[in-house]
Amino acid sequence: MDGGMTSHFLRCGAALAVVCLSVTFAFAADATPYSNFGRDIAANCASCHGTDGRSRGAIPNLAGVDAATIVQLMKEFRDGRRAATVMQQLAKGYTDAQIEAAAAYFAAQARQ
Amino acid sequence: MSGRHAVGARQNRRRQFLKAASASLAAAALGIRADNAHAAAAKVVVVGAGYGGATAAKYIRKWSRGRIEVTVIEREAAFVSCPVSNLVIGGSRQLADITVPYDGLAKWGVRVVRDEALDIDPVARIVKLGRGEALGYDRLILSPGVDFIYDDIPSLASPEAQAQVLHAWKAGPQTVALRAQLEAMPDGGVFAIHIPKAPFRCPPAPYERTCQVAHYFATRKKKSKIVVLDSNEEVQSKKALFTGAWESLYKGYIDYRPNSSLVDVDIATRTLKLDFENVVADVINVIPPQRAGAIARRLGMANANDRFCQVDFLTYESTAQRGIHVLGDAIQVAPLMPKSGHMANQHAKVCAAAVIALLSGEEINPAPVVANTCYSYVDDKQVGHVTSVHAYDRAQKTMLVVPGSGGLSVTASENERVFAEAWAHNIWADMLT
Repeated sequence: MDGGMTSHFLRCGAALAVVCLSVTFAFAADATPYSNFGRDIAANCASCHGTDGRSRGAIPNLAGVDAATIVQLMKEFRDGRRAATVMQQLAKGYTDAQIEAAAAYFAAQARQ
Repeated sequence: MSGRHAVGARQNRRRQFLKAASASLAAAALGIRADNAHAAAAKVVVVGAGYGGATAAKYIRKWSRGRIEVTVIEREAAFVSCPVSNLVIGGSRQLADITVPYDGLAKWGVRVVRDEALDIDPVARIVKLGRGEALGYDRLILSPGVDFIYDDIPSLASPEAQAQVLHAWKAGPQTVALRAQLEAMPDGGVFAIHIPKAPFRCPPAPYERTCQVAHYFATRKKKSKIVVLDSNEEVQSKKALFTGAWESLYKGYIDYRPNSSLVDVDIATRTLKLDFENVVADVINVIPPQRAGAIARRLGMANANDRFCQVDFLTYESTAQRGIHVLGDAIQVAPLMPKSGHMANQHAKVCAAAVIALLSGEEINPAPVVANTCYSYVDDKQVGHVTSVHAYDRAQKTMLVVPGSGGLSVTASENERVFAEAWAHNIWADMLT
């Protein structure tokens, strides 16, 4: 029983050390370990494109759209290669990592 | 619990321990306290169901998968949108077109109580309502909008005076009443609009309203004129777009006078008294200066110039009251962040994610981003926009515009109207259904 508790604590201690290290490295490297990263960026888009990307009107639907397609479109907007009204200006506000994470979120949503 | 699935339970405890350990470490790294490990019982009360409050209520239910109880306190029976309300004044929309019922929030399990939040006890964490109900909360979200400051317009101090000289800066009865005043005005009359010093709710809106009244005059009352008395030194948003429309669509209708601070109003003679001149008009629209809604001010939360509420941009928690978050036009904005409905909707999602994380002992988003897209109609068909993207700056602890992002329409066009209409319906659904 004692041995079990000790080894349990040791395991927890080891795990805690790993968590500590990963948190430290994550912050040091400026990469986000935040688990809702894609969901939260995608929520910005939802104001115009509808909740989870399900649009009701002329603004394109994003829910269930292939992630690679969204990423490619966003990069074309950002680089000025694709004409748009607001999307060139908005796309310039997001990093590759943010665009990719939001695209993955939309791709995983049911089209309805 | 010990009788069944003992191994699974132990693994579960271990997972919970690790989760709690990582969350508390992350929270410690961010200087944030996780204050409730039992999300199942957590209660959130939201005061005000506009662009900020309604969005926060829905998204807390959605993202917590119903684990957090959400009650919304709202005075009005239905949501009426400020964006697009200038078109009711211009005559191309009815109030019904910009009204959305609150029923849709019930689908998310949000309890909507039609009442007024009279008082808050931030220590006991209780909101007292007008009809006597008292609601306990773990986290409170205030989205109180703005109140008007009549201190420097003595003649408009009374409710009777305010009922005659309209602001129409909260969509609803005043929007319809201002339209009625314009319809009752004989052709050949003068409409005068006074604009307060920035910051005020919706920077482009006074200039959009000027366009909408000009559109009405140019199509129905061609002998009438508009005087725009702006306390500011120039048009505050989409300047080229609006001045371009005034030149091309409404030449001869609009007399724009910058640096025109209001001293008082003579209601009987319909005179706007300025520092160096008086302007007599048939219909007067005074947009008074604004500050955070009274409920936030009473709690000492309007700690920016005694007008707006400073918040932590990671959580939208007040810097003056722990456990109380503030959204929308009531906050002291970050640099170049407009007071807009769209921005309130974006504040609300950052806040919703943070509130869930704080109540669950999970990590909050260390790098939130918000964006603004705002359309303005220069007549009944042509639209232009302004956009911006703002990212959290860890060193300055505020939201800063992402360099190179954002921009404006050079001119208004019919091409953008379909997007403006789709924007309205999608954002109303994003808040309310």
